[in-house]
Amino acid sequence: MNQTRSNGNAIEIESLVKVYKGAVRALDGIDLVVPAGSVFGLLGPNGAGKTTAVKIATTLARPTSGTVRVAGNDVVRQATQVRNAIGVVGQTSGVDVNLTGRENLRLQGLIRSIHGRELKHRVNELLDQFGLADSAKRVARNYSGGMQRRLDIATALVHRPQVLFLDEPTTGLDPEVRTEMWQEIERLTHEEGLTILLTTHYLEEADQLAAKLAILDRGKVVAKGSPEELKEELEGDTVHVELREDAPDGTIRAALESVQGIRQLDHDVHCLRARVEHGARAVPLVLQALEAKGLAVDSVAVSRPSLDDVYMRYTGREFARADEEGARKQNPSGEEKR
Amino acid sequence: MSELLSHSLTMTDRDLRRLARQPWWIVVTLVQPVIYILLFGPLFKSITTIPGFHYHSYIQFLAPGVVVMTAFFSGGWNGMATIDDLNRGVVDRLLVSPLRRSAFFIGHVVQTSVSIVIQAAIIVVIAYGLGAHFANGALGLLVMFTAAILLGGSLNAVSNGLALIFRREETLIATLNVFMLPLTFLSSAFMQQSLIPHWMQVAARFNPLNWAVEASRSAVNSGTDWGSVGTHLGLLAGLLAVCMAFAMSSVRIYQRSI
Repeated sequence: MNQTRSNGNAIEIESLVKVYKGAVRALDGIDLVVPAGSVFGLLGPNGAGKTTAVKIATTLARPTSGTVRVAGNDVVRQATQVRNAIGVVGQTSGVDVNLTGRENLRLQGLIRSIHGRELKHRVNELLDQFGLADSAKRVARNYSGGMQRRLDIATALVHRPQVLFLDEPTTGLDPEVRTEMWQEIERLTHEEGLTILLTTHYLEEADQLAAKLAILDRGKVVAKGSPEELKEELEGDTVHVELREDAPDGTIRAALESVQGIRQLDHDVHCLRARVEHGARAVPLVLQALEAKGLAVDSVAVSRPSLDDVYMRYTGREFARADEEGARKQNPSGEEKR
Repeated sequence: MSELLSHSLTMTDRDLRRLARQPWWIVVTLVQPVIYILLFGPLFKSITTIPGFHYHSYIQFLAPGVVVMTAFFSGGWNGMATIDDLNRGVVDRLLVSPLRRSAFFIGHVVQTSVSIVIQAAIIVVIAYGLGAHFANGALGLLVMFTAAILLGGSLNAVSNGLALIFRREETLIATLNVFMLPLTFLSSAFMQQSLIPHWMQVAARFNPLNWAVEASRSAVNSGTDWGSVGTHLGLLAGLLAVCMAFAMSSVRIYQRSI
């Protein structure tokens, strides 16, 4: 379709900046290219700017500066073409709970000028595909959380979009439903050749689903690549230590200062995480150093690099902690969530 | 143009289905007007003895005012559903689709118009039962319903526009209360225009609710001044156009703020 014009790229983002009123810089110059036909993960803690990026790429919000092209069209100047080419599953569902499953699907079709038999056929197909055929006549208000989410995705697919945006599709879902959702997303890329831009703040979700990903932190892209590439860039291991009692301020850092081979250290009062060149060699040194300062150790573990370590390397913070911080700072102007 | 028509039909169909699933909403908005009709009628019975009051029964005088007020509030509170839709992501989903923005508001206005017709019909029947007469037959009622729809539709567009700008129920409720209640009383809905204080008469002249009350009352009582009815309906049609334009600009304000 339009993909010749966009060199096979489904999404091209260039120096994208978004500044909210009150000078909140939600996006601080982002460059990204999402090749067609793959799942691209946008990973970052709460408040990193993921949802803002999706809102701009889906024509909902306007960029302060920079350009975004989706399916070859500019999101500001050719908004209608972009809207015809995309499906969007937002963070807050989008299912009209006062309508039935079938009515929700029909509405999206009619808006996109799909009528009559063609629409009926497509709606039935999606109801079957997403296991909603038996509940098609029920008002969506009475659907379970998982069913609403499935209807949400089905609704975004009625017009067979080229690019599907999934903004934190599994947030707030039960673990089983989450696994179900992952299978569905994998099926969509493999069988239907869709390009999917997935935002998530679950590291394991990005690891599992995304062929390529970008890590977003405080409005900037701090790393890009496939999950494997990103992990391979990290040589060495991670040593994770839990202390028996809380350590007084500064003692952990002071204890480990002299230990050779520690590249990066992140800690709070009762646990620490150190990136080291060689796990087996570092463990005894770390333990000795801690005991020397009178810090008793409860448990110690060595692990191969995970995406969490990738995140820590690029941002200097542990993911879970950045996520909490982001959630706390969630600005009142509604940057990430209303 | 055909796309606008088909989108408007789609949104109207959606909004009417939603209305049909919440028929209690029509009943809820009828409670207040029915109380007005049932209690204000007898309560203010002696108004008819004031020198210069032209009507023999207060119900006869009050009925068009209650029809118009009901339409006014019915339209005015419609934005509450839009706030709910905003919180649920329904509005965002529509905005990232190629839906014509005006169709979104047209659907709401038509939905409000349908509930206004149902409510007005019920009020007319009750008033008739209490002894009110409607002159000019179907034409008089048609004018009254049209005035009510034009006013209710305008309020509906304003309310939905404000919903997109405020995005919060509390702010919307507070704002609507601040101007809806005074507009109700700065009119001849409850008292004949020539009998209210001069400054109120002047204020009423600029009050759209009063335009609708005057047009309706004149149309359903004998001695109709058709010229004035036409002028008032024209003003109300202009108001609806202005309110729709405001609603359309609220979409841009909303999209700029997120």
